[in-house]
Amino acid sequence: METAIAISPPAGVAASVATSEPKMSIRNLDFFYGKFQGLKDINLEIAERRVTAFIGPSGCGKSTLLRTLNRMYSLYPGQRAVGEILLDGDNILDAGVDINTLRAKVGMVFQKPTPFPMSIHDNIAFGVRLYEDLSGREMDERVEWALTKAAMWDEAKDKLKQSGMALSGGQQQRLCIARAVAVKPEVLLLDEPTSALDPISTAKIEELITELKEDYTIAIVTHNMQQAARVSDFTAYMYLGELIEFGETDQIFLKPRRKETEDYITGRFG
Amino acid sequence: MKKSSDSPIYRRRIRVNRFNLLMSMGTMVFGMVFLIWILVVLFTKGIGAMAPSLFLQTTPPPGSAGGLANAIAGSVMMVGVATLVATPIGILAGIYLAEYGRSGWIARVTRFINDILLSAPSIVLGLFVYTVYVMNVGHFSGWAGSAALGLIAIPVVVRTTENMLQLVPASLREAAVALGAPMYKVILTVTLRAVRGGVMTGILLAVARMSGETAPLLFTSLNNQFWSLDMNGPMANLPVVIFQFALSPYDDWKDLAWGGAFLITITVLVINILARTLFRQSAVR
Repeated sequence: METAIAISPPAGVAASVATSEPKMSIRNLDFFYGKFQGLKDINLEIAERRVTAFIGPSGCGKSTLLRTLNRMYSLYPGQRAVGEILLDGDNILDAGVDINTLRAKVGMVFQKPTPFPMSIHDNIAFGVRLYEDLSGREMDERVEWALTKAAMWDEAKDKLKQSGMALSGGQQQRLCIARAVAVKPEVLLLDEPTSALDPISTAKIEELITELKEDYTIAIVTHNMQQAARVSDFTAYMYLGELIEFGETDQIFLKPRRKETEDYITGRFG
Repeated sequence: MKKSSDSPIYRRRIRVNRFNLLMSMGTMVFGMVFLIWILVVLFTKGIGAMAPSLFLQTTPPPGSAGGLANAIAGSVMMVGVATLVATPIGILAGIYLAEYGRSGWIARVTRFINDILLSAPSIVLGLFVYTVYVMNVGHFSGWAGSAALGLIAIPVVVRTTENMLQLVPASLREAAVALGAPMYKVILTVTLRAVRGGVMTGILLAVARMSGETAPLLFTSLNNQFWSLDMNGPMANLPVVIFQFALSPYDDWKDLAWGGAFLITITVLVINILARTLFRQSAVR
């Protein structure tokens, strides 16, 4: 398979901001829903502090791939992944890996906003409390920090005690991003984070993604190709469970190497 | 083709609609008539017995004045104990079925048995407690009554808890898991919390169901004409007192039976209304 540009610097060499080294490496990954194979021999690297976008038609496996990165699939019996996914060099698919700690490091935001049935403050404190023992003041500061990161502080500061479910859809989604950011993960997985939102909320979240990549490694699944072009540094095009092409976003969108990729991004697909 | 409101096919549809509407309203009225009839009879016969003495005095011998204080206290205690025991068991079992067991064979068998228990005649549960507990200790008791009532309540709570938890969208569960929360924490602080109104409704409906049960108490707590808070001895309770007094030839006993029946009905009605308003609030949320 003709994939990726080599983006790994020699081991032990710290990447400067301009170049980047892989935060996660996916090697020979197969994924099964029972007998059905959802992913076939995926190999790709997710660069640190960069945005990597997964695009492709529905059912191509891009969400499945994202859900292997924090092992979300293991909630469901019958789903399994075979191969290697290295996070800073450690295989997260190993049986001995503590799955809760992994998920604290690899956060996720979902397609539909999922505020918990509690106040805005507690929504954000929920994840933080699991791994950190903060005083009330420190927690308040963390909540403010996370909401500021998610461009929500001005809208939420006067109603921290109110239910998170009373917010609008766009606000709920930014609350969910704040909640994911609050636990200070290393990687953020975004599964079609704007597909349920209006254009204004979408624009806000896209701005947010660009800001967040200063500190976080981001992988995003999107159906919106303009979005992938706008926010991502690297793009992976997937089809029927296979990685068809992976490379820098500009290259994928301007001169894709594979005909399938070109057909999809120009809308001549199918 | 021209569409008009007086085409034969349109007029036919109007007729069919009217006919069906009439039929369903008719059956609704048929049911409501009896319900209202029952409530009116209860009210007219029971309201006369509503006096402070009903709540302050114990059940009298025939021919003298009295109330239902011992029966009310006994009912409250037995239903209370049964609720306290059945609620945690029911909720925990419901959590197991919805969150852990799901479609595994243990869960499927448990669900099947729970359904049988849910629809078992209450007299069978009373006989069961009579055989395994009352016969062994040699006397009727409030504890035995609570046990029988608890067996009625558990399947109700299991069922509603499981059904409510299954309504929680998978995305909410995944969102909590994605923050690194262990399963028990996800259940206690997120999913169970999201459906707390529905689970409360289940408990209240179980309480309502228990308050009216007579058959299981006949074999377990029996009755007690004196004031007694001793759960280890026979205990008075509203349903059995109503049963005995209503069958008696004495008019003052019959009046007390009407009073008791009125009291239970009002209590169950209030509990049901409470349950429904609670549930509505949590559904809107």
